[in-house]
Amino acid sequence: MKTILKANQINLMIKRLAFQLMENYKTEDIENTVFIGLQPRGGIFAERIIKEINGMQYPKSALYGKLDITFYRDDIRQALHLPNQTSIAHNLDDKRVVFIDDVLFTGRSIRAGLDAMLDFGRPKKVELCILIDRRFRREYPIQPDYVGKEIDTINSQKVKVLWKETDNKDEVVLI
Amino acid sequence: MQLTQKNLLGIKDLSINDIQTILQTSTHFKEILQRVSKQLPSLRDLTVVNLFYENSTRTRISFELAEKRLGASIINFTTSGSSSAKGETLLDTVKNILRMKVDMVVVRHSASGVPHFLAKQTNAIIINAGDGTNEHPTQALQDAYSIQEKFGKIEGVKVAIIGDILHSRVAPSNIYLLTKMGAEVMICAPPTLLPKYLKEAFPLIHIEYDLEKTLRWCDVANVLRIQLERQNQPLFSSLREYNLSYGIKKNILHRIDKEIVIMHPGPINRGVEIDSDIADSEQSIILDQVENGVAIRMGVIYLFSGSPIAVNTK
Repeated sequence: MKTILKANQINLMIKRLAFQLMENYKTEDIENTVFIGLQPRGGIFAERIIKEINGMQYPKSALYGKLDITFYRDDIRQALHLPNQTSIAHNLDDKRVVFIDDVLFTGRSIRAGLDAMLDFGRPKKVELCILIDRRFRREYPIQPDYVGKEIDTINSQKVKVLWKETDNKDEVVLI
Repeated sequence: MQLTQKNLLGIKDLSINDIQTILQTSTHFKEILQRVSKQLPSLRDLTVVNLFYENSTRTRISFELAEKRLGASIINFTTSGSSSAKGETLLDTVKNILRMKVDMVVVRHSASGVPHFLAKQTNAIIINAGDGTNEHPTQALQDAYSIQEKFGKIEGVKVAIIGDILHSRVAPSNIYLLTKMGAEVMICAPPTLLPKYLKEAFPLIHIEYDLEKTLRWCDVANVLRIQLERQNQPLFSSLREYNLSYGIKKNILHRIDKEIVIMHPGPINRGVEIDSDIADSEQSIILDQVENGVAIRMGVIYLFSGSPIAVNTK
């Protein structure tokens, strides 16, 4: 097991990504933007980013939701997958949507997420914000718009993002 | 973690973990059922036959809706209009249907043990939608789900099951489930409507013959239908007499001066086991039970659909 990112590096990255998002989504656009954390592990990452964005003292707080992709997975019938909570209180018609997830690997989860999202409306635009991008390992034509760190891995390796909320510390490890 | 059973034949065979997994998974389906778009693509490759040898409104429709909303292909079989009228046996019918590439059989039959028989004789996944006086597992699951929704828990809740226990399959399934999950169960009926073996089969339950005492004790009253079609000998003198002694009425609920939750698995005989004003009152969750039935059946079909053993939580 090898540490890729430590807690302070992760925190700086979250701050940077929040600033990058705000740079692209001007204040007046915030009310038309919905940030969506992909369950289960993108949810915590999304909450951290939202906290940063809300801390920037813009007049309105950012719209935020959690989306579970279980029932839309392309491998749903290969094993028994238990679902997680979905909570999206906003209609996504004509909104801007930012998907937030911890690791981008094959791109299959994002494909499923796009499918699941359409049950909540037809957004104007969808972007993708990722903490760890395992580039060169994509199986679907999906690329991130905001990236914490790109890393090169082989398929047999596993990247795990640990969060204080669930794992008692912030750390990214290669297993 | 994994489900212990390939088929849903009865609550008796399920572990506490299985029950919790079904209830937990169904909460997510309930959320999906509140959306404008309720359709999922998950079980596109699954074909289900709803094999109903006995009349049903709620169970059949909610199974059908649950299957459709999960994206499964479905066919409906009812005895009228089928070759059963020409004398084809149950097993022949099922084997013929399965040959047409059907994966799952949802079966309702007036004979106890039919789902178990089919599970032994075929490779299909069998879901029991009510067999004779044996079990009605999805009804018990939706009742438990409704209790959990109302009280935030099942453990410790005092549930009274009142009415025709003798002919009921809902009662045994409910007793198995509630006692496994730590609820307290009281059975209330006239002695002629209680099966003889009851206390031996379910040592944990309380039996009471007095309706008022039962209602004073319980948090929830699950009122069962008097099954007139299954009574070939008179077990009480008249429906009016039953209604006077065991019917849930405004005056008795007023007398006990305590808010209890009223449940009924349907169909209701209004004015027999329950009066209309109570069935339609604020304290009745009868229609919530029906709504939860679809979510529960989605949970059951989803979890039993695959036979994949390992549970992946991501």
